[in-house]
Amino acid sequence: MNWHEYVNATGKVPAWPYEINYGREHVIKTDVLIIGGGVAGIRAAISAKQHGATVAVADRGAAKYSGAGGAGVDHWHGAVLNPCSKITPRQYSDVAMYCDDGYCNGSMRYIVGKEGWDTLLELEKWGMQIRDVKDEFVGSIFRDDETKLMFAYDVDNKHCLRVWGNNIKRVAFAEAKRLGVDIYDRICIFSLLTEGGVQGARVCGALGVHDRTGEFYIFRCKAAVVATGGGSRIGGLAPELNAASAMGDLNLTGIGHTIGWKAGAQLVMMEQAGTYGGGFGYTPYSMGNSDNTYQGAPTVDYNGKPIAFATRYGKLLDDYRDVFRTSNPDTFVLGHGIGVSFLKPGSANDYEATHLDPKIGEKVRSGEFKMPLYNDFTDLSDLDRRAIYNLMLAHEGKCRVPIFETWNEAGFDPARDLLQCVITTPDTLYARPGWVGINAGPNNWFSPGSGGYLTDWRLQSTIPGLFVAGGRPIFGGGCHGESHTTGRYSGRQAAAFARANDFAEANPEQIKKEKDAAYTPVNNKGDIGWKELNYAIARVMADYCGHVKTEEVLNLGLKRLADMRESEGERTFVNNPHELARMVEDYSFFDLGQCYIEAAKARKASSNILRFTRIDYPEVDPEEWHKLIPLSLKDGEVVAGSLDCWFYKKGPYSEDLESNYVKYAELD
Amino acid sequence: MSGFSMPSFSGPCRVLKFDADKCVGCNLCVDACPLDVMIPNPEPGLEPIVVFAEECWFCGGCVQECPHGAITLIFPAKQRISTIFKRKDTGEEFRIGQKKPMPPNIVPPSGE
Repeated sequence: MNWHEYVNATGKVPAWPYEINYGREHVIKTDVLIIGGGVAGIRAAISAKQHGATVAVADRGAAKYSGAGGAGVDHWHGAVLNPCSKITPRQYSDVAMYCDDGYCNGSMRYIVGKEGWDTLLELEKWGMQIRDVKDEFVGSIFRDDETKLMFAYDVDNKHCLRVWGNNIKRVAFAEAKRLGVDIYDRICIFSLLTEGGVQGARVCGALGVHDRTGEFYIFRCKAAVVATGGGSRIGGLAPELNAASAMGDLNLTGIGHTIGWKAGAQLVMMEQAGTYGGGFGYTPYSMGNSDNTYQGAPTVDYNGKPIAFATRYGKLLDDYRDVFRTSNPDTFVLGHGIGVSFLKPGSANDYEATHLDPKIGEKVRSGEFKMPLYNDFTDLSDLDRRAIYNLMLAHEGKCRVPIFETWNEAGFDPARDLLQCVITTPDTLYARPGWVGINAGPNNWFSPGSGGYLTDWRLQSTIPGLFVAGGRPIFGGGCHGESHTTGRYSGRQAAAFARANDFAEANPEQIKKEKDAAYTPVNNKGDIGWKELNYAIARVMADYCGHVKTEEVLNLGLKRLADMRESEGERTFVNNPHELARMVEDYSFFDLGQCYIEAAKARKASSNILRFTRIDYPEVDPEEWHKLIPLSLKDGEVVAGSLDCWFYKKGPYSEDLESNYVKYAELD
Repeated sequence: MSGFSMPSFSGPCRVLKFDADKCVGCNLCVDACPLDVMIPNPEPGLEPIVVFAEECWFCGGCVQECPHGAITLIFPAKQRISTIFKRKDTGEEFRIGQKKPMPPNIVPPSGE
């Protein structure tokens, strides 16, 4: 029942069901601390444990289901070394870099290419289905009969797999428990501890508050892995929007970025804007669509007139199989759902998947096609229809219950029914018509991009002993499969670091200061709740770091955040530990917002691929600004550097990616 | 007639429906929820109370965790109204939450 019903039925407000002890201290000592218990964090924990470390995971939610990947996955990128694949890890890394015009993480992509398939095989061992073992798809164009693997996006190059991943998080969680990983659920980590409390020094722990008890957790460790989520909540708090986000719940506060920023780690690409604002009110994947999970779903107009698929060069396709082929036979389809932006979005790119007829905008305007559009699965063969509907949609994250079962219950029959697409401007209908209905945002919205920790070939940050895992905290993106693979890799690295190093000492004064700040609202008796403060910070970010960026506006944004921290930040209240943890997250936005704005200030040029527009520096992607700008705090001052986008294959590294990998990968 | 003074939510206030005949009050769902939106009912054996409805992400974890099939997600009206199906041969439209629902069409997920 909901709260209102309970109150109406009993005449009582339910008491807080857990004992509250604000500030009571727990000290936990572990070789390796994993911050964030999503798919990356759980994989890191398993891997560190397998490599002999004692491991503790601090998860903001409950690790059995938590995180962007906690509700499932339908396809697996980076299975480059599966026996059917024709792609090499080098090609995979190079193409990801090409498609992001250098603003990607080439070493991470190479690591994913090397280990993505093995990472998936472990999931199969733990009980997730990765092949058509029940022979449901015999005869399908997507299937290899010998291995029973099923391919997505590219039936010729076979490097991306369809998977039955609804239970992916549960099987990984069970394995972590079986191995004896200590999992601490409901902990909001809000600060990293470094040796002596010095910014940039070696990591030695982290601080957190418990969402149910309000108790205070001090983790001490030899090495740590940050495996947290993105920061979409700093851009806006709206229950309808978060409820409708495919991959972002309210725990996505970017706090893993924030703790590194405060601790002096270098972050890069924090100036990149995201493409959407975390969902704008549709149930994700509920709208007709021909992209990603729905790749190849036929589309018709209001009167049932079919809209053709086309290559990236606009050639209309007659053969349905060609929808799953490259537009240029010399290349392969990189695919979507991989955290790569694609160079020159909307224009030809050899590596992008096929799309609908690029002239659809014109054709709607001329009256040839009428809106709304619909997906029409009815003319597909049963095999092709089930490969999208029963396999992909039924297993993709946050689809099984919200979409698949709900639609079944509502009587939807893909063999008979059309699925309406979002009603939007005709030009938007072209490239990714349904994606608008999956994660679309309004125009004036601050939305973080792929910025994160600068990482090396060990996926270590610039803070010694602090490793990074997952699609969000590592700069240059990545999604579900990348999170598993980088988690598995970072966990191994952290275990090796912990073997070679003892515990370092934190600064007790830092712990006291951070603790006092976190518990401010408990004793404040103020008048501002966590939601109000979140709205206000989001307004600052939209106004001063949204689409209108100038030096003056950005400086004012910093001032607004600093003002608000001193005034509204000191006037907060909380009703219970749950609200305290939310408020602690809000407090972190003051630092995270500073980081985003400083990053925007540091790049004095505009950039297409970074979706970054400086009105006072309108030149787009000038050569001298085609670089990463590592940004960090040193003794409280902002330091901006300069780094080649291809640094991972230049001195001191080798141009040969394999030799770098072999040198640094801590192979068994 | 009397009532209670209560604040109203800006978002949906009812996000989960529990089948009281099936729910045994085991609270597995309470502990599985990544957003911690529920608390156990003070009365043992009764269904949990959704306290933080506005934080629900509708991931369905609670539904999958429930051993008794007692939980249904209730989507916000704004999302229900936008998910439209159209039967190809008759042109008849229907949607999640319509007054007279269609009969279910139970299709198993692949692999199960």
